[in-house]
Order: sequence, then C-alpha cells, then structure tokens
Amino acid sequence: MSDVLLEVKNLKTWFDTQAGKTTVVDDISFSIRKGETFALLGESGCGKSMTALSLMQLLPSQASHNISGEVIIDGQDLLTLPEAAMRNVRGNRIAMIFQEPMTSLNPVLTAGYQIEEVLQRHKDLKGAAAKARVVELLEAVGIPDPKQRMNEYPHQLSGGMKQRIMIAIALAGEPDLLIADEPTTALDVTIQAQVLDLLKDLQKKTGMAVLMITHDLAVVSEMVDHVAVMYAGQIVEVADRDRFFSNPQHPYSQKLFEALPTMSKRDEALATIPGTVPSLDQTFTQCRFASRCQYAWDDCRDQVPSLKMHEQEHSVRCLLYEEGAPKRKLHSEIPVLQKRTLQNDSNEILLNVENLKIHFPIHKGLLKRVAGYVYAVDDVSISVNKGRTLALVGESGCGKTTLGKGILQLIKPTSGNVKFRETELTTLNRKALRARRKDFQIIFQDPFSSMNPRMMVGDIIEEGMIAQNIGDNAADREKIVSDLLAQVGLSPEHRNRYPHEFSGGQRQRICVARALAVNPQLIVCDEPTSALDVSVQAQILNLLKELQHEFGLTYLFITHNISVVAYLADEVAVMYLGRIVEKGLVEDVLENPQHPYTQALLSAVPVIDKATKQEVLKLEGDPPSPINPPQGCYFHPRCSQVMEKCKTQYPETTRISDTHTINCFLQTQT
Amino acid sequence: MSARSSMHPVFMNIAVSMLAAFITGLLISGVKPVLLWTDALIYLLVIAISAFIIYASKKEHFLVPWRQVVQHKLGMVSLVFLLVYVFIGLIDSVHFRMPVSSQNTTEQVTETIYDGDVLSILDVVLTKIRTQDEKTYSAPFATHLFSKETIEHDDGSLTREYPRLKYAGSHLQDPENDLAGDIRSKSISGGIDGIIFWLVLSLIVILFVAHDRKENFFLTLKSFFVGSASRGGVPWALILFTVGFLCVLVGAMTELAPAYHVFGTDKVGQDVFYQTLKSIRTGLVIGTLTTLIMLPFAVLLGIMAGFLQGWVDDVIQYLYTTLSSIPGVLLIAAAVLMMQVYVANNPDLFETDSERADIRLFFLCVILGVTSWTGLCRMLRGEAMKLREVDYVQASQALGVSTFTIIWRHIQPNVMHIVLIAVVLDFSGLVLAEAVLSYVGVGVDPSMHSWGNLINGARLEMAREPLVWWSLLAAFIFMFVLVLSANLFSDAVRDAFDPRIRKQ
Repeated sequence: MSDVLLEVKNLKTWFDTQAGKTTVVDDISFSIRKGETFALLGESGCGKSMTALSLMQLLPSQASHNISGEVIIDGQDLLTLPEAAMRNVRGNRIAMIFQEPMTSLNPVLTAGYQIEEVLQRHKDLKGAAAKARVVELLEAVGIPDPKQRMNEYPHQLSGGMKQRIMIAIALAGEPDLLIADEPTTALDVTIQAQVLDLLKDLQKKTGMAVLMITHDLAVVSEMVDHVAVMYAGQIVEVADRDRFFSNPQHPYSQKLFEALPTMSKRDEALATIPGTVPSLDQTFTQCRFASRCQYAWDDCRDQVPSLKMHEQEHSVRCLLYEEGAPKRKLHSEIPVLQKRTLQNDSNEILLNVENLKIHFPIHKGLLKRVAGYVYAVDDVSISVNKGRTLALVGESGCGKTTLGKGILQLIKPTSGNVKFRETELTTLNRKALRARRKDFQIIFQDPFSSMNPRMMVGDIIEEGMIAQNIGDNAADREKIVSDLLAQVGLSPEHRNRYPHEFSGGQRQRICVARALAVNPQLIVCDEPTSALDVSVQAQILNLLKELQHEFGLTYLFITHNISVVAYLADEVAVMYLGRIVEKGLVEDVLENPQHPYTQALLSAVPVIDKATKQEVLKLEGDPPSPINPPQGCYFHPRCSQVMEKCKTQYPETTRISDTHTINCFLQTQT
Repeated sequence: MSARSSMHPVFMNIAVSMLAAFITGLLISGVKPVLLWTDALIYLLVIAISAFIIYASKKEHFLVPWRQVVQHKLGMVSLVFLLVYVFIGLIDSVHFRMPVSSQNTTEQVTETIYDGDVLSILDVVLTKIRTQDEKTYSAPFATHLFSKETIEHDDGSLTREYPRLKYAGSHLQDPENDLAGDIRSKSISGGIDGIIFWLVLSLIVILFVAHDRKENFFLTLKSFFVGSASRGGVPWALILFTVGFLCVLVGAMTELAPAYHVFGTDKVGQDVFYQTLKSIRTGLVIGTLTTLIMLPFAVLLGIMAGFLQGWVDDVIQYLYTTLSSIPGVLLIAAAVLMMQVYVANNPDLFETDSERADIRLFFLCVILGVTSWTGLCRMLRGEAMKLREVDYVQASQALGVSTFTIIWRHIQPNVMHIVLIAVVLDFSGLVLAEAVLSYVGVGVDPSMHSWGNLINGARLEMAREPLVWWSLLAAFIFMFVLVLSANLFSDAVRDAFDPRIRKQ
C-alpha cells in the first residue's frame, strides 16, 4: 500500500534491571496510513507511552539502546538513524504532544518564543517571518488575540490554552504524524471537547496522521479510524473503529467495555478483571491474559498466542479464534445481578447544608491586608437523605472539593450551617467535633498520597479507631482490622505491609477500610476513582455500592466523571464557580438537563455509541476565576442563551419538579 | 534473617563486656574517673545513636535507604575512615586522673592525691610520644633540632651546631647513615605486623558473613571478589582493602612514632603527631555535639511553625529571622569572651585546666548550635507546611486524631530524611568552622589540642626561613581526610535518602 505513512515492525524495547530484562514493548507491529487517526488503547503500564517514546527515540537513558525492530517512515528506518539525523525527524516529520500541559511548557519563556524555536530549527524562519507564522499557528489552534497571547508566559494561560500552545508547537514543523500521548486526560470535559474538536479540524486541514495514545474508550470512539489494544507490552487486538466497537473480540477488550459504568448498569455489579497485569521481567510461555481470563483453558497456559487476522481488518491475539478452539459463547454473561432493594430510600435527612460559604482571603502587601477573597464555595445548600448518594459534579476549580472538606470541617466555613442529623457542626468546639468525626469520613482521589508511606497498613487503619476509642484493646482492634481488610477484598496478612507494596486499586481499598474503621454514616468520596484504570475503577465502584447496601452508608460523591455519576448516584448537584446551578434526581439532571451549563457539560462528554451522541454544545473560553466572579449569573459570559437580565442579577432557585431545581432565568420566564 | 538479627547482640555484648573490663581495670589501678561536660554529651550521643539504630532496624522504610548506603562503594570506604576517627575520638573521651605516687599517709585518713593532668585512654596508649618532649622545633623524622645551638663540648670548646634530639632517633649510632635504613626496616616490620593483624581481622569478618549467610567459607570469600559489586551487594572486598591499607599504616606508625617525631615537634618540643591525634576529638565534638544541641531547636520549632501556623508560625519566624540577621562570628566572639571572663572569675569551680578548657569547648558547641539551627528550621517549616496539606494528614484530621499525634506519627517521620541529610552535611562544615574560629582566636581554649590551634600556632612560623611547615601539613592532612570522608559519606546518605534523587 502506497498510502502507508508509518510502519512499525517487531518493535521491542526493554530495560535492564537488577531483576533481569523487563520488556516493556514486546514485538509490536502496526502501520498508520496518511491522514488517518490510529489509537493505542490500554490501561496504565501496558507500554503504550513507551511505544510512542520508542518511535521518537526519546527513551529514558537506561533503555536508550535497548530497541530492536524497524520503524519505517517513507522507506527510512528511524531506528538506524543517528541522533543528529533523528533530530531532524522529531518535530519535523513526527511531532508529539504530552499529557500534562502544565509541565510541557518552559515557564520562563513566552508561548510565542517556544513556537518560534521550532520554526527556526525546522523551517529556517526568523524574525518577522517567524512572528507572522506564530500568529498564524495560534489562530489555527483557536487562540483568541494571538498577537497578544504570543508574548504571554505559560502561567498566564489556562490549562486548555496551554494544550493548544503545545499543539501549535507540534504543528509548527508541519509534521506528517502527530503523536498525542493522552492529550486530554488532564483537562476538563468541556475543554477536552474543545481540544478534540481542534485536533479533528486540524487533521482535516493539514492531512496529517495522528497516533493517539489513550485509555479512554469514549475518546477513541469519537476520534479514531483504527484501534490497537495493548496489554502487558503487546498488541492484543487491532481493528478499524466500527468493527472494534461493534464486536470487540479479545476477552480483555470485552472486559474493558463491560467495566465501563453507565446508567443502564445501575442495578448490576460492573465487570471486573481479577488479578493484576503480570510483571514483564519474565519470559512468557503462556498467554499473558490467561490468568485473568474467564475463557482460558489448558491450551492458553501452554502456548503463546500470536496476533492473527481472522476477519478482514480485524486481528486478535487469542487462541479462542484459532482453529480447533472449544466452542464457547464469546460474550460473557452479565455478571451476577445484585438487585438493589429500595430499602435505602429513607426520608431521614442525614446531612443538611444551608447557605455554606467558604471564602479564602487573599493577603497582600507588607501588613498582609486582605485584598480580596477567593469565593471557593459561595452560598451552597444541599441535603442528603440517609442511605443515598449525592453526586457533586463540576469541572476542576469549581469548588467541589472545598465544599466536601468544608462539610467535614477540615476547612473552616466562612458562614452558613452544616447540620449532621441534629448536630450543627460549624459551632462545635474542637473536642466535641473530634468525637463527632467518627460519623463522617473522607476518601481521597490520589491513593498514593493518602497514606503515610512510613506506616504499616494495619497501623493506618487502626489510627482512627485509637483516636475514637473503638475496640477495647489491641487484640480486639487487630481483629476488627482483619475483618475490615477482608471486607474490602484484601487479606488480613496485608496488615503488616507498607502502602508502597500495593497497587493503586488496592491502596484505594485500604483507604476505604480506614474510613470504615470508625463506623461512619456519611462518606465524602473525593474523586476516588479518577486516578484509577477503568477495570480497577469498576472494582472500587462495586465495593462502594456493596458497602452502601450492607451498612446503609450515605455518600457524597465528588466527581467530574458523568458516567460514574450515572452508575452510582441517586441525586446530582451540578456546581459552577462555587455555586450549585442545577440539582435533582439523577434521571432528572442527566436525561433532562435544564441549565445551559449542564446541557453543555453533558453534551461535551464523549460517548462510545455514536448514535446517541448529541451535538456538542460548545462552551467558549475558560471558566472565570473565583477571585473575581462575573456580575449577575456567573455563567452568563459563556452562556449561549444569555439575556440582559443575566448580566445584572443572580437567578433565584427555581423548582421545575418536586425533585428538580435550577438557578436560571430561562426557567423563571416560562 | 534470624542470624542477622542475632549478630548485633553478639557484637554489642562483646563491646559492652570489653568496656566493663576496662573500666574495672582502671578502677582497680586506683585512678579517679573524670567526667567532663563534653564526655557526658558524647556518651549521651552514643546512647542516642544506638537507640536510634535499634529503633530504625525495625522500620522497613529506614532500612531500605540504609541498605543503599551500605552498597555505596565510596560511601563505605569513607565510612571506614570515619570509624577510625570515631574510635580515636571515643577512646580520647574516657578521662581520668592518675594517682600521684607519693601518697600522704602521715594523717590517719589516707587521702590519695591525684595528678593535676586529666588523661584519657588515648593519652595512656600514646604515653611514649606524649612525654617525649624535645626542646623546640624539629622536622619530621629528624634526629637533630631544627635550629643551631651553642654547645659546650667536654673539652670546653663551644661550637654552634644542630644538637641531637633527646628522644627521636636516640638509638641510632650514626644518624647520618643509619636513619634511612632504620626508618625502612621499622616501617616494614610495622607494616608486616599490620598485615598479620589485617589477615586475622579479615578472617573473622569472612567467618561472620559466612555464618550470617549460612554459606561455606570459600564461597563467601569468592563472592567478595566475584561480582559482589555488580550484583549490588555490600562491597566487602573494597572495605577489607581499605581496612588493610589502614592496618599497614597504623602498624608502621606504631613502630615509627615512639622512635621518631613522625610529624616533627612544635615550638615547645611537643610531638605534632600526638597533637593532631588529640585534635580529632575536638573536631568530632564540635561536629557532632553542635548538631545535638541544634537539632531540638530546629526540629521542634520548624515542625511547630509549619504545622500549627498562625501566631506560632509568626513568633518562630521572627525569632529565626532576627537570629540569622546577627553576624554569627560576632555572636560567637561575644559569647566566648563572656565565658572566658566567667571562668577567670570563678577559678574554684574547676579542678583542673582540662575542665576549664572543656567548659569552653562545650560552650562553643552550644553557641554554634544556637546560631546554626535556623537553616534547618526553615527547611523543616517548609516541609511541614507541605505535609499538613497532604491527604494522609487530612485523613487523620478527619478521623479526629489529635494534633500532637499527627505531628509525632505523620510529620516527624516524614521529615527525618531531611534532618539526617542536614546533619551529615553540616558535620564537615562545623569541623572547618572550628579551625577558622580558633584561628581568629574565639575558638577553643589555647591549651586544648585542636586543628585550629595547630594552624594558628603554625601561622607565626610561616614567615620563618627555613619554613616550619609540618604543623600545618599535619593538621591539614588529618582534617582533610576527615572532612573528605564525611562529605563522601554524606553524599552516599543523601543519594539514598533524598526522594528527589532516589531511584525506584
């Protein structure tokens, strides 16, 4: 085929470690055609980023010479090129954008200068000509006011803007291939929609190919033409988009789909993949997925499957599709149903927050005068009934985490009331509050920073029990700890290990156990799954649901992930810039959003099924700063249906139905 | 694993029983033990370090970086040197006074009168070189004085010549011709003694390791040389070679030092080699005790300021900004001079000269400690501020754990690596600071042996022709080796403990 742009043959990359050879990329072959988008899909640690770095020969120094195979672009094998020649390829033929826009730009150089650098290196443009091209590029990536923006420093730009600059830098060399390593993972959904849109647009205009590296099935579905699924350093399935999404064949791919939380799976447990990814420092004599595969039979454990094409344009590395494989039903049963009883629909209000305000003063000058406030949480009222789950949805910086901590009195609220049962928490003195703390707990987002690395797991779980005088003596507490560990799916022997010995999912389980140790009634879950892979996320969500069922726990679930909300929550409150803009039952809000912000937010969420995809309601610009919120309705500068009234006064809460309220003038009018 | 853990008690038992035997030996011989202020603090430090080792040996997170330190080649070589210094410093820290032989037995109560000189074990070991004082300057390995003197011969004639030294080389008939040969033969025989001692020592070490690994003797020996370094184990071969080098050196010195002045003599004829050896203790005391005094300030105030914030933070910040704005040398000079006046006004408080000199050294440590805690305190404040926002601290707060417990259980262990790095890095700086301060004249007591005093004494002779260079060189060599090995060792410690450098 003449339209093949990049061909990768038998690419292999390994690290020499003390334990031996760790092959992170093992015998990978694929090809990308001109102008197409190709996705490498996989969970963390599967080697997808390493593949990209191998193509660019940007590997960490321990592995820089440990590459074999061929990477052919225009008949030229990149792996045989010397470093000097490779520098002409990077940025010029192949460009790359990274996940974290915050650290990819040099903070002491202006955005324009960083683009100019590429122009000078690869296009020999200097002076005024380069400046003009920079402006062109910035316009192309949709940055308003490019003449002014090019002289700004990275800290003056928002996250989405920085990622646009990164894309502009990548485009400056007019590459044939753009490698995008998780380009939108660190961004909010609405910004993600903008960036994905931009990438699609640019691809259409310039005809470049894109190698997209991601873990997000929905993004893949929206963006790409071809998909390769990676598992443990190998490609296990390759197909074009439609074939892959209509009929995923490898058991691992199937599991990935089943593990996705959705509204329709609300009453089921999510599919999980048992076990962990095998370590890559061994020589495999069996299928790498065999130990976790529900279909595996003897053959899978004695032979290594190879990637074979069984249907047109659809290859898979699995013995199930070989001749002579036992006939099996190739789609797994929906996992055991765990019908939720409705007993948790009690009317007892467990938590009632009224007009809560959390303002952080900004100190300025020599005498530290208060020069202004960050209005992190501004007049929020919510209530949660016992045994139910309220999801707090919003983009980063909207104040949802601050609200969670404010409710737990980890941050002192500026004003307002937090009533837990009959107790007013904001006025409790320290000692009384400390004693009350056993009733409400918190689970954090990052499982790596939420445990003291210097303490053993048993001590971590026991800490709260000692502080709250739970358990009569050490032996008693030890028994409770063992029970708790069993309850969250770990073994009691894990008590004497340190946190670093556990994977992210296991750590999150330990955090759940720590919270449960004091028998709380309310748990604030602050994005507990956003740092986890889909299959691990499914395990944690299942666990949370089970525990709620068993103990009648109440959750305040803080998240930006709409599909998790759809799966887990009973009620939803949407937050924008420190205020709740819409609130109601999960069906009300997700299926019948009324506030323009909610509508835009929901439409921006990428979905797998193209048929159900609504048109993205584009939100222009970035959320304003909570230091200086706009006059009137906070959303009006970005709202598509803005009215005169919105610019001067903040809309009152309007009731649409018994369970559904919004703050918007659109509803008060009708 | 059980063998490993049983090893430490064995060593400790041997050490303790040896110490006990020695002390009883001393008491029987009728000496009066003297506990100087710095001695007491050194013992305290030794106890604290042992306690810390016992505590840390049970904590996995402490053992992991230490294992990395133990595998660091340069770090281990410098540790061997450091241990030699520490050994000399420690045996120089057991002080006592000898009974004077003429006892006053005329009265009914037999009162033993003790000598005015406070001696240490090191002094006893080095009795020969300590007491062999010449008249004035003599060069290293010289047999004659450095300057000409008028000598009256038996026949009454006067000549100006270099007189023979009283002790050094006095056994030589014809120093002109015999000197080189004698030095060579003494070095060789001493070196051979050293090698024999080293072989015995190596044998013991190998047996111990073999026992610990439950391995055959030869297998262990082989593993020392083949691949142990590349496999990331303890660089035993290198350690043993370093020990061997030192054994040969020490062996040669034990033969040479009593017969010659290896590093010459100073103005009043004292052996410079003896002085440099005595200076080791002074340097170590300054380097370690200062840290001991500074640590409580830095750790306590730093963590409190960072974690509690509010007015506590303000007060502590003002305190250390003020303190660090005062020029340190001025503060030290003022304090030391005040101390000097106090000692001079209260002579009856101190029985001996040594005690007087020691209190000044102690005070110097205190004042250095008080002026030097601000840097570490500032660092710990920043770290504590960072840690109080970390999720696990917030989780503890959410669990209702008290503030003190959070500081003790979550903050303190997580700043310890910074403290450790700071302590080892500060050590060499303090040793050098002593030299500078003594040179300026506000350091340790002039009667106390220290590298600073040695250099200060040598300074005056630098203008002399021919040059008296050996005091300076001796102080320089000993200080250089100590500071270099301390720096190399602290690099190894920092590599292992600093999370930013640490590799997974």
